[in-house]
Amino acid sequence: MKSLLELAGVGIQFGGLKAVDALDFTMPEGGLLGLIGPNGAGKTTVFNMITGVYRPTSGRIVFNGGTISGIGPSRITRLGVARTFQNIRLFESLSVFDNVRTAMITSLRHGISHALTRGPAFRAEEDRIRAGAMELLGIFDLAEAADRDAVSLSYGDRRRLEIVRALATGPRLLLLDEPAAGMNPTEKTRLMELIAFIRSKFSITVLLVEHDMKVVMGICEKIVVLNYGRKIAEGTPGEIRTSPLVIEAYLGKESAHA
Amino acid sequence: MKRYLPHTLLAAGLAGAAILHFVSPQLDDYAVNILVLAGINVILAASLNLVNGHTGQFSLGHAGFMAAGAYASSIATLALAPLVAQAGQPAQHALFLAALLFGGLFASLCGLLVGIPSLRLRGDYLAIVTLGFGEIIRVVIQNTNALGGARGLEGIPAWTNLFWTWGTAVVCIYTIACLVNSTYGRGFIAVRDDEIAAESMGINTTKYKVIAFVIGAFFAGMAGGLYAHLITFIAPEGFNFLKSVDVVVMVILGGMGSTPGVVAAAILLTLLNELLRDFEQYRMIVFALLLILLMILRPQGLLGNFHKRPKAKP
Amino acid sequence: MDWANLAQQLVNGLSLGAIYALIALGYTMVYGVLRFINFAHGEVFMVGSFAGLYFHRWLKPFCEGMPAPISAAVVLLASMGACALLGVVIEKLAYKPLRNRSRLTVLITAIGVSLLLAYSAQLLFGAAPKGFPQLIENQTISLGGEATVTTEQLVVLGVTALLLVALRFIVQKTRMGLAMRALSNNPTAASLMGVNTDRVISFTFALGSALAAAAGIFFAMLYQAIDPFMGTLPGIKAFVAAVLGGIGNITGAALGGVLIGLVETLVTAYSQNIGIPSGYRDAVAFVLLILILLFKPTGLLGKTEREKV
Repeated sequence: MKSLLELAGVGIQFGGLKAVDALDFTMPEGGLLGLIGPNGAGKTTVFNMITGVYRPTSGRIVFNGGTISGIGPSRITRLGVARTFQNIRLFESLSVFDNVRTAMITSLRHGISHALTRGPAFRAEEDRIRAGAMELLGIFDLAEAADRDAVSLSYGDRRRLEIVRALATGPRLLLLDEPAAGMNPTEKTRLMELIAFIRSKFSITVLLVEHDMKVVMGICEKIVVLNYGRKIAEGTPGEIRTSPLVIEAYLGKESAHA
Repeated sequence: MKRYLPHTLLAAGLAGAAILHFVSPQLDDYAVNILVLAGINVILAASLNLVNGHTGQFSLGHAGFMAAGAYASSIATLALAPLVAQAGQPAQHALFLAALLFGGLFASLCGLLVGIPSLRLRGDYLAIVTLGFGEIIRVVIQNTNALGGARGLEGIPAWTNLFWTWGTAVVCIYTIACLVNSTYGRGFIAVRDDEIAAESMGINTTKYKVIAFVIGAFFAGMAGGLYAHLITFIAPEGFNFLKSVDVVVMVILGGMGSTPGVVAAAILLTLLNELLRDFEQYRMIVFALLLILLMILRPQGLLGNFHKRPKAKP
Repeated sequence: MDWANLAQQLVNGLSLGAIYALIALGYTMVYGVLRFINFAHGEVFMVGSFAGLYFHRWLKPFCEGMPAPISAAVVLLASMGACALLGVVIEKLAYKPLRNRSRLTVLITAIGVSLLLAYSAQLLFGAAPKGFPQLIENQTISLGGEATVTTEQLVVLGVTALLLVALRFIVQKTRMGLAMRALSNNPTAASLMGVNTDRVISFTFALGSALAAAAGIFFAMLYQAIDPFMGTLPGIKAFVAAVLGGIGNITGAALGGVLIGLVETLVTAYSQNIGIPSGYRDAVAFVLLILILLFKPTGLLGKTEREKV
């Protein structure tokens, strides 16, 4: 199977601190990989490097055969990588519908002049986008809330909206940053179903950062474990569960959601 | 019929401006003057609102673009007016329109030059840099004898009237409203609300900021041209930092990001200016207190909808 | 090469730079603890000058018998004290309510405060420039050739140096200074460690404002005229100096102030040779600002701050 994402020797240094050091792993197309590790292990930093928010100081990140390390975030998204954020970052002045709309800007074929002249081409495109956004919102049970302010949604709904927004960019790779944070067990089960659904319906590869072991062990095909910025283990859930290195890394550090 | 609503409104607005102009001889000069000033302020406020309000880029140099447009259009009319004097009214109108557009384009070029280096700066730094650019433009004009230097430029033909002013205002509002209320235009607000999230959605935030800046500068330039051909005499001192602050107050009072709000605020403040004309000493003190109280008590102004992501706690 | 002229310009530039440095310190310290640009700081500088003028007038009867340097010192200290108080009051009334809001909100408020101060001064004192009294006898000392330095310039340089040393002592060796540094480094941790945030912030404003007042008096001494709007340009230039040196960095602010003073003076003095009309004097600082923000935004001595995503 061809690998969609490949990290080779990736590292980043902030001043004297090596937040991530010599990280290697690959993801096959259509796979679901979990990135876990104690707090501060560098997981979100890895996400930020893949999505271009940070530039790695060493190593290379390859997506779909092309190097993306060092490219800006908006270009990387247009190449097919989308993400959600650990602390939800919705556009708070916009409605639920508009939040999804913004993610579809990259698919626009017409720009300013059409927005100003508002001819048939403009109308057709706006209709296409409206239909697409409403369809996505419908699939995720957010269609009724479409005209409400994004900030007025419940926490669980806001997390879902963030995922919908990321999906609206039409990605091949979806990065989810602690999607289960703050959820109760019922919501977590629904989340796991949601992720499985996204994979199958949209044929998307998913990379997950998560603290909740139930979620990780439940859906990931492969797991990479980080500690202090380094990979300490890689394998299937079964292998990771019994790995002494991993147990040691977590020893004394109780996951709050376990 | 909804599909043609924007176009209908535009046509109606332009017609309204024309009617206003034809009715104007019935009104006294003083009232007409205030209405024209109000129109110019509406253009300034709406254009700055695109930059400051919708896109969240705090620019303190708007007066610089106004100056660029004022001087560019005035140079054009001063040079070419004698040539069309014989050709009659239609030629004069054409020249005026061309001069105004020239002023706007020149100002937008300045906007491009200012925007590209500045727009990667953080909010408060951007404010100071735009202030700096505004001052640089002013100092350049002041030291250029061909533009009249500190003495200013006089004898500009008095061609501004209610139609030109409110017609431009209508076009400005139409442009900005159409732009912002499209899918493309939602990008401006996304850039304002959360730049990192916007980039992550594939939005090229720098491009959006520059575009907002350039369009804002264009209309500021047109407002400058209209202003120059109203008062027929312009000097660099009239386009200083305080002028930029005047426009900022309108945008803040109206509510950053609300076009109707800033239009209302622009008209209101024009009237307030007139009322306080005899109390010039107190005018700026009133404005300053207004700013401070607004920020403390009602930062969203009259109609604003400002949900910028607060600075993350460490 | 006219060495005497160069020496003269260097002396002039240094004196001007000392003034900018004193103002810049206020900007940088406030930015350090509150992360915002106190736009009104230039006006505090202006108030300092006027305070000097009026204290000199009011205290004249009491200072009859004193030697000039002593009465000058009294005026200086009184003005510094008055402005320190002004700084604290401004912070408490206008900025404290906005502590948790976006920095832009506070910046806009600061612009409001700046305008309020300047226009109130205009209302009270009139727009026309006022002459500043001679605080100490001004003698000219020759440096060789045609170059001279005046006793006033020496006082400015000397007292500024003293103030910088005192500031360094306060910041490095006192508990309050330690608290300031802690707060500027990590506000949450500092307050968790028992630092009284409000007190430290007030102190920072008081300190910065006092230095700005000193700058105001020195400026008035050297240039002999004051007016309500004298604070705008020096204020902005001093801000540029703070950015040049690395905003938040005290040594940087002093360094930046001196640099800007020197560059501005030299560019104006040699404007014919460089081909820039001397009317562009005020644009020098802005151009420097733009260059610095383009090429080294953290300033000469500053460090980067990353936003946590």
